[in-house]
Amino acid sequence: MLLTLAAMFARLSLLAVGGVNSTVPEIARQVVTIRHWATPQQFAQMFAIAQAAPGPNMMIVTVIGGREAGIAGGVVATLAMMLPAGTLVIVVSKLWDRYRENRWRRIIQAALLPITAGLVLAAAAVLVTQADTSALTVAITAISALALWRTKIHPLWLLTAGSIAGLVLG
Amino acid sequence: MQPPATPEKLSHAALFTGFFQAGIIGFGGVLPVARRIMVEQKHWLTAAQFTDLFALCQFLPGANIVNFSFAFGARHRGVSGAAAAVAGLLAAPVAIVLGLGALYQRYGNLPLARHGLTGLAAAATGLVLATALKIATPTFTHVKNIGISALALALVLLAHLSLPVTMAIVLPVSLFVAWRG
Repeated sequence: MLLTLAAMFARLSLLAVGGVNSTVPEIARQVVTIRHWATPQQFAQMFAIAQAAPGPNMMIVTVIGGREAGIAGGVVATLAMMLPAGTLVIVVSKLWDRYRENRWRRIIQAALLPITAGLVLAAAAVLVTQADTSALTVAITAISALALWRTKIHPLWLLTAGSIAGLVLG
Repeated sequence: MQPPATPEKLSHAALFTGFFQAGIIGFGGVLPVARRIMVEQKHWLTAAQFTDLFALCQFLPGANIVNFSFAFGARHRGVSGAAAAVAGLLAAPVAIVLGLGALYQRYGNLPLARHGLTGLAAAATGLVLATALKIATPTFTHVKNIGISALALALVLLAHLSLPVTMAIVLPVSLFVAWRG
């Protein structure tokens, strides 16, 4: 299992363009559709728990690894997700001064931006199908999205409000 | 007048502690916290240096602040420095998340927990949707980007292709379009 987790996430590390959200559709596909480790609703809940905890936006892999193989699974999943990309960062940062203004660097960056946009939209779509199964959840999602998009309300407040709404109105 | 950024190499312990502080209080985004700690409190970098290093981290795949920890740690103490910084950043989050995950496994099916989790999941979904919109809106001012995004979206959602295959298709197309300008 540890090897499975390591392979699964190491494979995605370098594809997390613009952040780990881009890999969420693929992680969901692996976890829910292919391996049946969780139902769609459970995936959305695990994703939410990872969001609620402190730390960077990659803790979903820790949650999945922990669910499948305890602490060792969580640690292995986290390491697998970040080591390939981290190694690339160390290598490139040494060359950054030389290539910051390079034409190809700008081209690559311009090319990655719409891909990121498409993938994160896909991530949102996947989560919506998993989490928004009632009028209440649709409303919570819509209001949270609007609030984060248009106001400066801290995400943690929105997550808290959503939980309370679920408790009280669900 | 800001004091100059710390020029000498930070110790492993300092790297670990500094990033630990950022990691443990960074709810809903570690970046602003990290910036405050490193630029304003510890003067490890000037604001400009932070922004510049962060631009590199945004450009490369992976979580931005994780990449930042690798890069910043490596600058001071090489690979072991990167390890110290990343370990500091993730120590508390990993422990907390594993704890929450264990609670979820145990109690997640209780009716009250289920209702709260459903609401939480819906809210988290909303946050990702907002993130997607924040990325998409400025990107879509360039019409050619809409096509690339739509292609990526379609390959993932409609064709159910894996991410590696999707990237193998979309990236060359996008590079070509970006190259042609």
